[in-house]
Amino acid sequence: MTDILAVRDLEKTFGSLVAARDITVSVPAQQTVGVIGANGAGKTTFINMITGHLTPTKGSIRFEGNDITGKPSREITRLGISRSFQVAQIFPSLTVFENMCIAAAIAQRKGGVFGNIATPVQSAAATAEAQAAIELFQIGRYRDMPASSLPQGVRKLLDIGMAVAGSPRLLLLDDPTSGISIEEKFDLMNVVMAALKARRITVLFVEHDMEIVARFADRVLAFYDGTVIADGSAHETLDNPKVQELISGVRLKPAAGKAGHA
Amino acid sequence: MLMAAAAAFVLPDWIISLATIAFANGLVVLGLIVLWRAGLVSFGQALYYCIGAYAVALIGRATGVTDALILMLIGGVCAGLVAFVVGFLLARYREIFFAMLSLALSMILYGVLVKAESLGSTDGFSVATPTFLGYAPHREALGLALYWLTLAVDAAAAVAIAAYFRSVAGALAAPIRDNEIRVEFLGVSVNGVIHAKVAIAGILGGLGGALAALSIGHVDPNMSYWTTSGGFVFVTILAGSGYIAAAFVGSLVFEAVRSFAFDFFPQFWQLTLGTVLLLTILFLPDGLGSLVTRLKRRRLAP
Repeated sequence: MTDILAVRDLEKTFGSLVAARDITVSVPAQQTVGVIGANGAGKTTFINMITGHLTPTKGSIRFEGNDITGKPSREITRLGISRSFQVAQIFPSLTVFENMCIAAAIAQRKGGVFGNIATPVQSAAATAEAQAAIELFQIGRYRDMPASSLPQGVRKLLDIGMAVAGSPRLLLLDDPTSGISIEEKFDLMNVVMAALKARRITVLFVEHDMEIVARFADRVLAFYDGTVIADGSAHETLDNPKVQELISGVRLKPAAGKAGHA
Repeated sequence: MLMAAAAAFVLPDWIISLATIAFANGLVVLGLIVLWRAGLVSFGQALYYCIGAYAVALIGRATGVTDALILMLIGGVCAGLVAFVVGFLLARYREIFFAMLSLALSMILYGVLVKAESLGSTDGFSVATPTFLGYAPHREALGLALYWLTLAVDAAAAVAIAAYFRSVAGALAAPIRDNEIRVEFLGVSVNGVIHAKVAIAGILGGLGGALAALSIGHVDPNMSYWTTSGGFVFVTILAGSGYIAAAFVGSLVFEAVRSFAFDFFPQFWQLTLGTVLLLTILFLPDGLGSLVTRLKRRRLAP
């Protein structure tokens, strides 16, 4: 398997504050990578550098072999890296279908200055992709409801679905289960991960719930103080004493054990 | 539209003339609807209206070109170019800042025109009688020709804008109003899309101004004054943003109400207009277009 994402010596400073340093990570295609760490540990800075919203002070980011370091975020989106949000970012006055459709149509639009004007939003290809994404994320019964009326879990699925409708190869999920009740978290992640597997999308997801991480991540990166302190299988990282001390707490053991059975 | 074109044979001249102005102004309103769908209100659309009008008058005076079609297109292009240039600035602003900045730009033009004595200062100057591809009508025939030209431009604009609303750029209006961040993350430049909307609204404004100038036969700086812009915003509220045709119907209703109010209550015509606006906001918050929506719904639910 070739590496879809290769990050080398990444560093980001804001004045004298070091937000990220010495990050070197390679992610093979179709791997599911969990990203853990306390608030301010540098997870979001890391994600924002990959999506182009922050320009690294040092280091390089390669996506599918091409250097994307410091490229504008819109260009990176077009290259095939998408993201979802901690708080679902959807269009409340549009229906679920219209939300998906606009995301699909944007991804399929023609190039050039007049690309947005030359592409119809409800083209056959865009509506087909929107419908496919709605089915993939199992939100068909909400299809024609305005997004403003959706329950929290469906909002999250729509948010991630809109990122997937753009046919990315790499998807960054920022805290996909935040704001979701504990009972619903696993169901939500089951739907999301099945959908992403079906589309063969490589995933990096930031998560605070260690049970979710243990259950769904092939591999876990632990961030602390701006850098990666542990990198390995979910089992290895979560059992790492340093990770337990600094991030997850020792109580985690049973959850990590569960990952072994899963 | 065809009905309106045919109606010209039976209606008296003064109604034709009023309808021509109304349908020309409807183009400006259509431009405002393009912006409004994205949550933007321009209180300075008279800028493009005035540029379109003055372009027609000036080109006519300087070159002797009298062909209405050419003059009108020049008016639209000039206003579109200005809109494209100021769009670099306007597209960075939203809400009240966008509204006030457009207002300021239109008032700059007003100030310049008032000072320009070679352009007749506050009196303005006359527009030469237009011809139509070599056909040079007079009086009633001229009025009819301008009326039909205006209707034809309206129809073309309606078709073009309908296609635009179906495109990604047009359909992004509600998403931009809802959530700009998400639009950016989907890989679209929000400012770019808004810039295009400003330019489109500018072209429509210029075409409207050009047609109005040809029809009135005179231009003056009041075409750029803020009350003119206010009138367009008024009609936009009256029309609502739901239907393209509502721009033209709303404009016609506005001109009719204004004329009748002026005839019957010369002292209180502004008060009458204000009352109409108030009633619209209270009972038809989505404008005249929502009447159609309501009728449809009633038919669906017997």
